[in-house]
Amino acid sequence: MKIIVCIKQVPDTTEVKLDPKTGRLIRDGVPSIINPDDKNALEEALRIKDNNPNTTVTVISMGPPQADVAMREALAMGADEAILISGREFGGSDTWATSYIIATAIKKIPDFDIILCGRQAIDGDTAQVGPQIAEQLNIPQITYVQNLVVEGDKVIAQRQLEDGYAVVEAKMPVLLTAIKELNIPRYMTPAGIFNAYKQEVKIWGFADVPVDPEKIGLKGSPTNVNRTFSPEAKGQGIMLEGADRASVKKLVDCLDEKHLL
Amino acid sequence: MDFNLSKEQELIRQLVHDFAENEVKPLAAEIDEQERFPRETVEKMANIGLFGINIPKQYGGAGGDYLSYIIAIEELAKVCATTAIILSAHNSLCCGPILTYGTEEQKQKYLVPLAKGEKLGAFGLTEPNAGTDSAAQQTVAVLDGDHWVINGSKCFITNGGQADVYVIFAMTDKAKGNKGISAFIVEKDAPGFSIGKIEHKLGIRASATAELIFEDCIIPKENLLGEVNKGFKVAMGTLDGGRIGVSAQALGIAEGAFDETVKYMKERVQFRKTLSSFQGLQWMCADMKCAIESAKLLVYRAAMCKQNGKSYTEEAAMAKLVAANTAMDVTTKCVQLHGGYGYSREYPIERMMRDAKITEIYEGTSQVQQMVISGRIFK
Repeated sequence: MKIIVCIKQVPDTTEVKLDPKTGRLIRDGVPSIINPDDKNALEEALRIKDNNPNTTVTVISMGPPQADVAMREALAMGADEAILISGREFGGSDTWATSYIIATAIKKIPDFDIILCGRQAIDGDTAQVGPQIAEQLNIPQITYVQNLVVEGDKVIAQRQLEDGYAVVEAKMPVLLTAIKELNIPRYMTPAGIFNAYKQEVKIWGFADVPVDPEKIGLKGSPTNVNRTFSPEAKGQGIMLEGADRASVKKLVDCLDEKHLL
Repeated sequence: MDFNLSKEQELIRQLVHDFAENEVKPLAAEIDEQERFPRETVEKMANIGLFGINIPKQYGGAGGDYLSYIIAIEELAKVCATTAIILSAHNSLCCGPILTYGTEEQKQKYLVPLAKGEKLGAFGLTEPNAGTDSAAQQTVAVLDGDHWVINGSKCFITNGGQADVYVIFAMTDKAKGNKGISAFIVEKDAPGFSIGKIEHKLGIRASATAELIFEDCIIPKENLLGEVNKGFKVAMGTLDGGRIGVSAQALGIAEGAFDETVKYMKERVQFRKTLSSFQGLQWMCADMKCAIESAKLLVYRAAMCKQNGKSYTEEAAMAKLVAANTAMDVTTKCVQLHGGYGYSREYPIERMMRDAKITEIYEGTSQVQQMVISGRIFK
């Protein structure tokens, strides 16, 4: 079986602070990590590999050369191969252009069975690239996967919903997006780390990915970001105490006032 | 000179940092309180391959460099000094001498499972009357046909009672003093071998510290480690390496306490200001930071000397002397900066101060390190 895992290197937002004056992220000195949901995607691929020894796991990412360390980390966790799509021409791409570039690169990898992505990246929070790659490749997709079974030529996934889950079956090749409930990602191993730097991280530049130059970068990106801002914190809630008739009436009145009844 | 870590070393630090934060830190206070050896952590460390970082691949290790291993001890010690010494005693004091002095058969039989973490290792040199004067060994080994018969006892043995494999020392020629000591590999279920008293300690309370008792203990002839009567060299060479491990533990304790304290000082408000805004306290932190970074340079340099096959006896002694002193000094100040909360078990600082003390004592007291260093100056 051949599995492709799409990962993204992101700033560790738990370490990011907001500039109180401008409201912008202060990214200086913030460590970069593999996007958490993407680690769940990689872990799931590695688990499939643990159970099916003939499986190869290829990690693919688009980003600057510094993303090399994220690729090494993926190799140290147990991935077989790492491809970093990197080039100035790709800079400024929005999710649409990014998924076009990644899908075009994936077309160069023959006979893949599963593409695993994280649900969304913690820097942009769009959750768009995974589904768009599936659309670009014209393959089925199951998003928000919280449980996965591979059976013959199909996958059976639990797709998380707000108040439960749906069981969805799809034939391979298929794209899945992972959520954190899917698994607990494994640690790298020391042996994996020392091997990771002996392996090659393939760099695919503009010349290696047959994309239409008009459809990538800033000019190929239809998205315009007007403004980013932190949502205002909600005010404190109201606490009602007591079990008597008056308290219940007060509660009912409050709910009624907010048109919740 | 290059003061940068390699990319591999950076990733090792990230790995052990994450592991320590997620798996080790949550248990640190509890196992200290209960004086409970963290068997589950040992298993987790084995699963991800932390026990053989610097052991060659052909002997079951990860084939990494020595500084990577030292960084692992440092990262563990930042959150739990006990967990750090389990690794250090196993690797430096048990894997180390078998790798350096063992035969190929001994390496295959003992080093491979030790490096994989399938077995835990320990080292037994200290006796009730042979501490710093380690040449005054009273444990005796006599060759009887195809086996050795060992009689005597060891005390204060780290990982004692928990380990599967022990590197121990005994007199094989009493008349010759330290030239009559030999090293042996003893398995936990060797006939006549038993565990005696378990120590209750000031710090590293979850580390198993036990008495080893040998009563006509029988081990195969081939379990002699190195040559007959050359055991003192094995012991001293092993302790040189062990000292780098302990210096890394001390460094980690100091760093962990310092990080906790900086965090606390940013939060704790007195006189309507955070502690971090009082200049008198800021300067204490500046001095601590300098002491920590100085110790780190000595620890890493000692590790690099060992890694590069250079002599490192003096470097290891200096690293341990300075790092242990720094650990004690920094943790004491960190308790002070926490005030009453620092003295309380509500915060980890008092534990770190208790844990720091042992680094000035075991694997050669600070005074022994001064003897080693001054001996080189005036030789």
